Amino acid sequence: MPHRTFLAFIWPSLLAMILFIAIPIISVAYQSLYIEHEQILVTSENCGPFGCTSSVSVDRAAMARLVEEQPAGRYNGLGTYTNASHLATDEIAAIVASSENFNEIRNRIMNLPFYKALIFTLAYTFIVTPLVIVLGFVIAVVVNSIPQMLKGPVIFFSLLPMLVTPLVGSLVLFWMIDSRGIIGAGLQALFGDPTLSLKASPMLTWVTLFVYGVWHSAPFAFVVFYAGLQTVPTDTLESAMVDGASRWERIRFVVMPYLLPLASFIALMQLMDNFRIFEPIIGFSAAASATSLSYLIYSDLRAGNSPLFGSAAATSMLTIIGVIILLLPVLHRNWREFSRKV
Amino acid sequence: MSNPSQRKPLPLAVLSTGFVIFWLIVAAFPFLWTMWGSFKVEGDFFSRVNWVNAITGPITERQTGSPFTDAGYEGAWIAQEFWRAVVNTAIVTVSVVVISLTLGTLGGYALARSGFKYTFWLLMAALVFRAMPHVTLVSGYLLPFFELNIWGFLPTTIIVLVAINQPFTLWMLHSFFLSIPKDLDESAMVDGCTRFQAFRLAVIPVMWPGVVTTGLFSFLLAYNDFTVTSMLLTQENTTMIPKINSFLGSTQEEGKVMYAVAAVVSAIVPLFALILFFQRQIVSGLTAGAVKG
Repeated sequence: MPHRTFLAFIWPSLLAMILFIAIPIISVAYQSLYIEHEQILVTSENCGPFGCTSSVSVDRAAMARLVEEQPAGRYNGLGTYTNASHLATDEIAAIVASSENFNEIRNRIMNLPFYKALIFTLAYTFIVTPLVIVLGFVIAVVVNSIPQMLKGPVIFFSLLPMLVTPLVGSLVLFWMIDSRGIIGAGLQALFGDPTLSLKASPMLTWVTLFVYGVWHSAPFAFVVFYAGLQTVPTDTLESAMVDGASRWERIRFVVMPYLLPLASFIALMQLMDNFRIFEPIIGFSAAASATSLSYLIYSDLRAGNSPLFGSAAATSMLTIIGVIILLLPVLHRNWREFSRKV
Repeated sequence: MSNPSQRKPLPLAVLSTGFVIFWLIVAAFPFLWTMWGSFKVEGDFFSRVNWVNAITGPITERQTGSPFTDAGYEGAWIAQEFWRAVVNTAIVTVSVVVISLTLGTLGGYALARSGFKYTFWLLMAALVFRAMPHVTLVSGYLLPFFELNIWGFLPTTIIVLVAINQPFTLWMLHSFFLSIPKDLDESAMVDGCTRFQAFRLAVIPVMWPGVVTTGLFSFLLAYNDFTVTSMLLTQENTTMIPKINSFLGSTQEEGKVMYAVAAVVSAIVPLFALILFFQRQIVSGLTAGAVKG
């Protein structure tokens, strides 16, 4: 296809992606170098019958003019990246200098908002992804062995947790784990502890979010693996059987190697999706004990009456760098395959 | 399964049946429970006394005279104007699906038929764009949109959702187009069609399954979106999912939680219907990307 025709076909979708994905990334990079204007204060004196009092107030007219002139705020260089709510370089230096052992350093770094969010995001990504793959595989193998007429309904119900909106799905679970809900009350009865609440401790909140993540994504892995199982060559399975392979050996040495490419596909999708975990934190009202990078950006943009664009943009840039690091191996592999083909 | 060597030993059969039942309960029970509970009053759905109350509903019966009540739905849909959000969701999802499929089929076709090196880079760029957390993009939009005075309108949101959806749509349609033989459009062009006519008259008619599948996923993206719609639309002019979130903040008083429960169930029911009718396409769409690895 000549370049001209190619362009004629692709320009609308290219334009949409440049305007609303590429340029916003540049806009984020630009905004991250600026911070909000300082308040312009005016001191006014009120003189009454009992003497004069002076009060300080914000000069709204002057502020409005300033914002009009420089909507992005004033230039701050990389200052936003290194301040206490992002990379916190000074704080970390202070912590390392004044702490005695590694545990203390770790605990104190965990209290810095950016690192708290980063660690939760990474923990969520790298704990939920393998669990999803394992659980999805087990479900696929088991469902593949049940009678044909039951498969349809089983797949129907299995798809629900994945396709339902994350916020809605997490709310449904959140109401059930409430201490007055069925799971919350059930756990209290099970452990004989009427004060047990999954919302109370940070650790339990993390576990709840992980469980939600697995529940939400396992169906995806299940469906992909299930479709893969239909294409496993029966000849190989039969010859393995003739050679005396047991049920487990057939799965371990025939099915698993065959499905390995699918597992790496699921892993890629899951890494991308889990890294941006956000809605469940809102659905479970978990922000006090677990925040993610996406949640930090959201709460900056939602801050009070004036959004903290600079702070949100700096976190966004750091998140984008994280995404690219996460994707590097995949891009590298695709590039190798492509250059072999050409 | 008549082959005796394939028949399972009894313990394994019991174990696997048990596991399927366990998984079904885990997957489906929360939704069925919430649907049933949405017709109760708060005192029953969040029962301090006994969880059986949520099923039988004694307090609901005492308060309303029957074991089922639609008070939650009435409050959410009429008093809190949830219907407005439903209308907005319908406008947004339908527009997003139509526009992204139009752009996506054109672009995906071009990517599948052009053999030049830049198609690889475009697809890789699309993969990186697909991985961007939506909220990072939103933080890039807000300030320019405020400045241009286009913040808070449905068309802005629709275009943004279409753009965010493009990388995924392109990848999916690209792999569907690859499965259609090149000979088809080339023979149409030999017969005198232009490239576009060949695309429209020869390729699109055999592409419908792929288009429907991709459309389903565009629909899900637009329908399920919370990040973009909650940040780009005003409280009064919003879609279903942000509306549900706003119920949570403002309605802590007795009974209002049930509004949120009713709204959540209202948002789930269309998805139930969707899966019921399109299960086959959804399954084939989920695996379409996997085939290519």
